[in-house]
Amino acid sequence: MNVPAAMNKPLLDVVDLHAGYGLTRVLHGISFALAEGSITTLLGANGAGKTTTLRALCAMIRPQGQVTFDGQRIDARATEDIVRLGIAHVPEGRGTFVHLSTEENLRLGAYVRKDRAAVEQDFDRVYGYFPRLAERRHQQAGTLSGGEQQMLAVSRALMLRPRLLLLDEPSFGLAPLIVGELFAILRAINERERVSILLVEQNAAMALDLADHAYLIETGRVVLSGTSHDVKRNDAVRASYLGY
Amino acid sequence: MDTFVHQVLAGLATGGIYASVALALVMIHQATHLLNFAQGEMAMFSTYIAWALINAGVPYWAAFFLTIGFAFVLGLAIQHFVMRNIRSTSVLQLVIVFIGLLVIFNSVAGWLFTYTIKVFPSPFPKESLFGQKYLSSHELGAIGVTLVVLTLLWAFFRFTELGLAMRAAAQNPTSSRLVGIRVAWMLALGWGLAAAIGAIAGMMVAPIVYLDPNMMAGILLYAFAAALIGGIDSPGGAVVGGLLVGVLENVLGAYVVGNELKLGVALVLIIGVLLVKPSGLFGSVQVTRV
Repeated sequence: MNVPAAMNKPLLDVVDLHAGYGLTRVLHGISFALAEGSITTLLGANGAGKTTTLRALCAMIRPQGQVTFDGQRIDARATEDIVRLGIAHVPEGRGTFVHLSTEENLRLGAYVRKDRAAVEQDFDRVYGYFPRLAERRHQQAGTLSGGEQQMLAVSRALMLRPRLLLLDEPSFGLAPLIVGELFAILRAINERERVSILLVEQNAAMALDLADHAYLIETGRVVLSGTSHDVKRNDAVRASYLGY
Repeated sequence: MDTFVHQVLAGLATGGIYASVALALVMIHQATHLLNFAQGEMAMFSTYIAWALINAGVPYWAAFFLTIGFAFVLGLAIQHFVMRNIRSTSVLQLVIVFIGLLVIFNSVAGWLFTYTIKVFPSPFPKESLFGQKYLSSHELGAIGVTLVVLTLLWAFFRFTELGLAMRAAAQNPTSSRLVGIRVAWMLALGWGLAAAIGAIAGMMVAPIVYLDPNMMAGILLYAFAAALIGGIDSPGGAVVGGLLVGVLENVLGAYVVGNELKLGVALVLIIGVLLVKPSGLFGSVQVTRV
């Protein structure tokens, strides 16, 4: 596989990942790597296997293959244990606890942390990124708008103080202006806090602007990879995903 | 007038017990979306444990807390060894499991302790408290115990991290796993707590209705009515529903239908709520897009 040369020991290393739902196989041997501190994006059409890849990484579905995070094999671990290694997943559909308040949702994000004092400070940190959530802190999360719930999902993940953030279609259903804001915040989180990000997006143009590296997935396989700069200039990607 | 006040207050005392059992039902319902038909028999069985301990010479309050511990472990065990291993999602099959548990507890209690009706002691003094004539000291004590239990539970779910995690696990298991909550443990904890609440209700009601393997049958029916009136997904509603059912049962029993038809009040309430307002007073209306 075409792993970037600078990546001697990647933070996340996925080799020959297979997964699916029941008898339906969706991933047919996906391999990719993600360097610590980088933003890597998985691109591909609907049904290519992007969401399935994220689900397999954190054991929401049983993965086959080899997944290594920070030198440890995680492909046989339970979701709850993978979270404890510092992998936060913002799932498709946002995964809001709709009957709980905004603040309770955030508190749950920090559920596995033991450093109580730092958790309290992190509320202010995420409210700093998303002031709208501070205004809504006692509101039932199910009553937030779609954009606010997406901010809440990202914030909930940040409350873990993750080393790796898995983002599944954060732009889904959001107004373009809000998507721009959200992506600027993701860049800030990555640069200021050195949180590595694995981003799954249908909005390929925005994803490639944000990411350092990109992998193109088609029907459960990686068909192209490289720096975002190179992938952006690939003719096939331009024609199929960028539209120019 | 005096009798009326007495009936209302005594209704509140038994209503508190219905409220506790209703709350246990609501807790299990939130996690499984089903009514635990065995809730009453689990409480009855725990009460027998308390009776055995007291008869063996253990002081009342020690037996009381040991029994709560026993019930908690019993609840954990049922979730861990029975419910967790049932892969079926068919409502009918799960209901049959609950009914199976009911029959098992009932028969085992009969086999171990016989079906002879037993007197169960009250920890409260014989003469009435505070110089009032409306409530026996046991009724007053039962109200007190119920209030303490409800307050502790409310505080647990409202203010503790574990309580929050349990609410989260019941609502959204997938997202709960993604923040690191061990959902199966939370479910087991919920079963344990529900069983413990039931055991307290059993020990509070046994001095009134006497202890026998069928002691909780009527009470479970009142608790069903209470949970439905309050709204099956509303813990606060279960408490209000319990008190309401207790008072209605007593007042209607004394003035309208007579003592023999009191249980009928519960059935009429259940059917009435299901017909008129299926979501109950405080429950949320479930809307499904088809």
